[in-house]
Amino acid sequence: MTAWDPSHPLLEIEHLSISFFTRLREIPAVMDFSCSVMAGEAMGLVGESGCGKSTVALAVMRDLGRTGRITGGAVRFKGRDLATMPDEELRRIRGREIAMIYQEPMASLNPAMKIGAQLAEVPMIHEGLAKAEAWARAREIVADVRLPDPDRILGAYPHQLSGGQQQRIVIAMALMSKPALLILDEPTTALDVTVEASIVDLVKALGEKHGTSMLFISHNLGLVLEVCDRICVMYSGEAVETGAIGDVFDRMRHPYTQALFRSIPLPGADKTTRPLVAIPGNFPLPHERPRGCNFGPRCDHFAAGNCDAADVPMFAVAGDDRHETRCLRSTEIDWAAPAKAARQAQRARVGEVVLRMEDLRKYYEVSASRLFGGGETRVVKANETISFEAREGETLAIVGESGCGKSTFAKVLMGLETATSGRILLYNQDIQDTPIEKRTTDTVSSVQMVFQNPFDTLNPSMTVGRQIIRALEIFGEGGTEEERRAKMLRLLDLVKLPREFAERMPRQLSGGQKQRVGIARAFAGGAKIVVADEPVSALDVSVQAAVTDLLMEIQRQNGTTLLFISHDLSIVRYLSDRVMVMYLGHVVELGTTDQVFSPPYHPYTEALLSAVPIPDTHVQKKRILLEGDIPSAMNPPPGCPFQTRCRWKAQVPGGQCEREVPPLVTLAPGHQIKCHLRRELLEGMEPVFTIAAE
Amino acid sequence: MMEPLGWGGILARAAVQFLPVWIALAAVFAVSIRFRRRLGLYGKLFDSGIGMAGFAIVMFWVFTALFAGWIITHDPLAQLSGMRNVAPGTPLASAEGLYPVYLFGGDSLARDVFSRMVVGAQRVLAIAPAATLFAFMMGITLGVPAGYFSGRLDTGLTFLANLVLAFPVILLFYLLVTPEIRATGIPTALAAILFLFPILFLTILWNSRFFTNPRKRSIYIGVTLAVGLWAYSGLAFNADPLGVFAMDPNLLNVFVAVVFVNAPTVFRIVRGLTLDIKTRDYVAAAQTRGEGPWYIMLWEILPNARGPLIVDFCLRIGYTTILLGTLGFFGLGVSPESPDWGSTINDGRRLLTIAPHPAVVPALALMSLVLGLNLLADGLREESLKD
Amino acid sequence: MARFLARRLVTMVLTALCLTLGVFVLTNLQPNLVKLAKTEASARMTDAEVETWLARNGYARPALVRYGEWLGVLPGWTGADPDGRPRGRCIDRAPDPAAAPRFCGVLQGNWGFSTVFKSGVIDAIGRGLGATGWLMLWVMIVMVPSALVLGVLAGMREGSATDRSLSTVAIVTTATPEYVSGVVLIVALASSTAGLSPLLAEWGLISGRTLFLGTATSAMEKITFWNFTLPVTTIALYGMGYIARMTRASMTEVMREQYIRTARLKGVSFRQVVMRHALRNALIAPFTVIMLQFPWLLNGVVIVETLFNYKGFGWTLVQAAGNNDIELLLGCSVVAVVVVLVTQLISDVGYVYLNPRIRVS
Ligand code: SF4
Ligand code: SF4
Repeated sequence: MTAWDPSHPLLEIEHLSISFFTRLREIPAVMDFSCSVMAGEAMGLVGESGCGKSTVALAVMRDLGRTGRITGGAVRFKGRDLATMPDEELRRIRGREIAMIYQEPMASLNPAMKIGAQLAEVPMIHEGLAKAEAWARAREIVADVRLPDPDRILGAYPHQLSGGQQQRIVIAMALMSKPALLILDEPTTALDVTVEASIVDLVKALGEKHGTSMLFISHNLGLVLEVCDRICVMYSGEAVETGAIGDVFDRMRHPYTQALFRSIPLPGADKTTRPLVAIPGNFPLPHERPRGCNFGPRCDHFAAGNCDAADVPMFAVAGDDRHETRCLRSTEIDWAAPAKAARQAQRARVGEVVLRMEDLRKYYEVSASRLFGGGETRVVKANETISFEAREGETLAIVGESGCGKSTFAKVLMGLETATSGRILLYNQDIQDTPIEKRTTDTVSSVQMVFQNPFDTLNPSMTVGRQIIRALEIFGEGGTEEERRAKMLRLLDLVKLPREFAERMPRQLSGGQKQRVGIARAFAGGAKIVVADEPVSALDVSVQAAVTDLLMEIQRQNGTTLLFISHDLSIVRYLSDRVMVMYLGHVVELGTTDQVFSPPYHPYTEALLSAVPIPDTHVQKKRILLEGDIPSAMNPPPGCPFQTRCRWKAQVPGGQCEREVPPLVTLAPGHQIKCHLRRELLEGMEPVFTIAAE
Repeated sequence: MMEPLGWGGILARAAVQFLPVWIALAAVFAVSIRFRRRLGLYGKLFDSGIGMAGFAIVMFWVFTALFAGWIITHDPLAQLSGMRNVAPGTPLASAEGLYPVYLFGGDSLARDVFSRMVVGAQRVLAIAPAATLFAFMMGITLGVPAGYFSGRLDTGLTFLANLVLAFPVILLFYLLVTPEIRATGIPTALAAILFLFPILFLTILWNSRFFTNPRKRSIYIGVTLAVGLWAYSGLAFNADPLGVFAMDPNLLNVFVAVVFVNAPTVFRIVRGLTLDIKTRDYVAAAQTRGEGPWYIMLWEILPNARGPLIVDFCLRIGYTTILLGTLGFFGLGVSPESPDWGSTINDGRRLLTIAPHPAVVPALALMSLVLGLNLLADGLREESLKD
Repeated sequence: MARFLARRLVTMVLTALCLTLGVFVLTNLQPNLVKLAKTEASARMTDAEVETWLARNGYARPALVRYGEWLGVLPGWTGADPDGRPRGRCIDRAPDPAAAPRFCGVLQGNWGFSTVFKSGVIDAIGRGLGATGWLMLWVMIVMVPSALVLGVLAGMREGSATDRSLSTVAIVTTATPEYVSGVVLIVALASSTAGLSPLLAEWGLISGRTLFLGTATSAMEKITFWNFTLPVTTIALYGMGYIARMTRASMTEVMREQYIRTARLKGVSFRQVVMRHALRNALIAPFTVIMLQFPWLLNGVVIVETLFNYKGFGWTLVQAAGNNDIELLLGCSVVAVVVVLVTQLISDVGYVYLNPRIRVS
């Protein structure tokens, strides 16, 4: 092995092209991709789904499956080309020099093997360690990734650990042989925000401790900012801009990068005064890429005859260190100009109270173990004493992580479940005990829902038009088939979809388009209250903005009350009027957006806010890391639901937090917090983020 | 008198007999391959070698059954003197106006093996797909609600299905397909229940879809009930006033038994699929707009379970073919003359070491049909998993 | 675990009761009884005579009651001959009618009397089961390992040439029911006029006239490679294809899992990936299938024993059913049902045992 000089890049990818071969055609997934990672450097690879970022990672590991092939360029690791290396040598590099971590921790661990065996395997293969030594090493590393009780964990099976613990194990496994390069492919996407924050923190700390280089793949610009030194933005199979993180974030020189930043809700954005700007058009399919610049059709600065003439190479940006952009006009564009389409909108008029919940409770009984049957049944308290009201034209955001009971709450409101106790008043009419079959068509059509997963929200075997018409039929809209057809077309107009889509099958639509159909369907009966369950979280950022805008526009027109369920605080802050924070079935904080996003906070809200990654170099954040995972709703802690992770608990005398469920305290008009903390302490809290002067 | 034919001659002559089948096959393939991009899953079948091979074999037998009248060389029941157990390719002793040779030889009663094989295909293809269809109707009508509602209904139905499944098929056949049981009228009663399912199924299907439009609903349901009950009277009770639909009691017995054996498995598959699909958001969307359970089950869930069901349907026709063969093999529910493959194999096996062809020919025929169906199912599964 | 087992056992007993009741009713239909009367007494009885015969022999009572007697939870019927001799379910075959027990059903070990074999049902079935046991044993020995190996090899590298060819083999065998493969195998390997044997004999490679024997009657006395290969292969082939396909499906699915990729990218060699990481997960599903295969195997046994004239359990069953031997048929059904239910139980327990996700919870 020739010695490798650490002043050279550890990983050097040069003009890499990758294609997948199907029976019908060759699908180019990555074209002319170059980047390099120096020793100890963290490189972020960002882009929307389908841009080829994961393919690059797999190409580095040379694990493209049977259909994928590297069609050009080189991947050099420590100076040696991985693309042409014999299998045997490659195997020695995998796991030992380069390790990889992926999105789904549960899926990455072998369900039938003990954690210890899976960890110990790595040094046993690569360093020929004896079993006992390897287990000792595993124990060390498990402690390193801050897992309590390493011995118990080593003897456990993966399914016995929580999601956060599993991901730590996956990280530990990657670090077993102290690799030089760590590839992380969306390592936290499947996790809750507060858990994500601690994992990211861990990765960063370990990277610094061992001097490991990182290739960090993510769609989340905020995360990349927190973890990486350099960034490479990808679009449609190409790197479009690369450079030091500060350069790219503050002096972007590619229209796509700029458009991306303008479409995500940063702390300064506001739905009325500074609305988001969605990127027009759609991502090109791999075999339908345009001539010349791939971003051409969606670019505001497109110059015909120039941009669409020939493939665009990378240009260096003068003055910055290794900052390159794939734009012909980067020197001509006025980068400081404000976004064109930023039109200001009227704030919706907030009217009468339309929905009121009083002390709503929903308990489930589940048997402890399904398979073995019988057993004692346990009560899951999915919702505990929820009280709030929502007004006409208002947006109320319901925020919380998994298991907080926000989905159950939606089900009860919709009538798919009936409440255990408490009241739901819709226009002063009790509906908590009326299941959906018993509700009048009027009630049903006035409370509708938009679902989370665009790929699941439409019936795959019915045309888009039919599905909307069916909703119209059920809601008794339109007397004849023709009238309903006309109304359906108007609904398509409303959600800004071309009328031809009526005849399409859902699989022919992109995620964002499907979500629009879902919205059209929800508004078919003139809904007064729309529950939107994470309507954009599964969409790409550039599409999120457009769908969010659409929702709000329709809301403004119809005076709809929007209950926006989300875990994404950035978007909540951007569009909601009031916010309700939930944790383990309890409402822990309720107030206007400003009240919730500034002190005094509920301790959980504080941690949640601190956990959200913000892609803005000017925002300074206070780091508050939560210990451990969210307890299971089956087995909630006694007293305050948050007491297992609360950093303020010590300030409450007498262990009150562990014994009593705190009361809902009104701090200011309309601002309630469920906490035992004394008022002075609450009021003395510092803001989580501060925006540095520009 | 002509010379006995060699194998080349036999195959050449057989190929000529199958001419209508070749023409039909060529036409189907030409059209399908030409328009395969517009034919959905069926069209994609022509992208897969396995699927195409399977489809070709299946269609070969389907066309053989359809054109059997032109293909056969002799009356399948005629016994010609001097032709007992003769080897394939043996010319007739006295060929007055008859086809001059027994292509695949003669059986122990001096009948033409070739023609019996062709007519046997007709028998199988008349029953197997229809019986499978009924098993599916029953499995679906019970399986979807079991999966959708869960609870007691599910427990009860699953228990019943497991009862039938815990029974060796042959034992079931020996109990269900006997002259004694026909005498009691149990098969007719069972048929009365079984044949009700399709009518029930369609009625609910239309009602749940069109209850918002009473006129359309009345038309659809009216037509279904009129045609359904008419066929029902004939098939189940042999009491069709117009005499169009009728079923031989023997056949009815076999049919009922085969449906009975298949339905529980279909039930289990459908129930599993339903359990999976009912968690999808579009089902929740339908619930939140107040759709009735039957609409959700039949229009939101069922169409999206069709992929695996189509695949299983092909496999199951094959399995039913095997079951029918088994019945024939044990001489259950067939008349002694019957040219169906199972009983022909059984007749032929007694002299297997001396004259193998009477048993081997139908055996290979049965195997190739089932193989074709399995390959077809495999091709469909592969293609439906893509995209 | 204990609770789970108990529940399963209760369901099992319930299933067995329902099934035997079904069989009892179906075998004791009026026409069956009439036929029985005619074969036992005289074929030319008038309807009235049949009635009296049935009444005299205890058949003219509600089926449910007679089921209870057969099962042994109700006391056996009693009556008397025209000449005054006491008759009754428990008395007829007892050496001393006076000392006969009141209950004599299956639970008491009295399975009835076979009219075909003129011996006790237990004896008839016992003989058959013994012979079938050997057959099953050899089938399992041949079928399970070869099916698993076939499936694992095919599923290991999805879409490779090995996969394609092995899968085709598996499909062909599943498309060939026993009565087809048996016939083809006999013609190909055990016929002195057709297939391989004449050729081999001509070349002097085999001493006898055929490579294998086309019947297995002689295997009743002594099992040899010569007389037992064909029946075993015939049953094994059909089941093998099915299990192999299941194994392949499960193997390909596992090989696509992310943890396999994790293992590969840890630098584990392909061999080790398969042996250490894939195999255990991939064998969970086929295990269940093998156990659930038993009802099918019973089918195969019946066909093969008929085809090869091997007087085992299947053959007994066919004799019983074909000759309206009600008690024997009932006995056979009980055995079949119990075998199936027990294997289902083993399958469930094994599944739980193999799958740590369920075991440790
Ligand atoms: S090359 Fe042209 S089209 Fe492409 S990003 Fe630059 S300005 Fe826009
Ligand atoms: S009540 Fe106690 S544990 Fe709960 S949030 Fe307040 S300080 Fe923390």
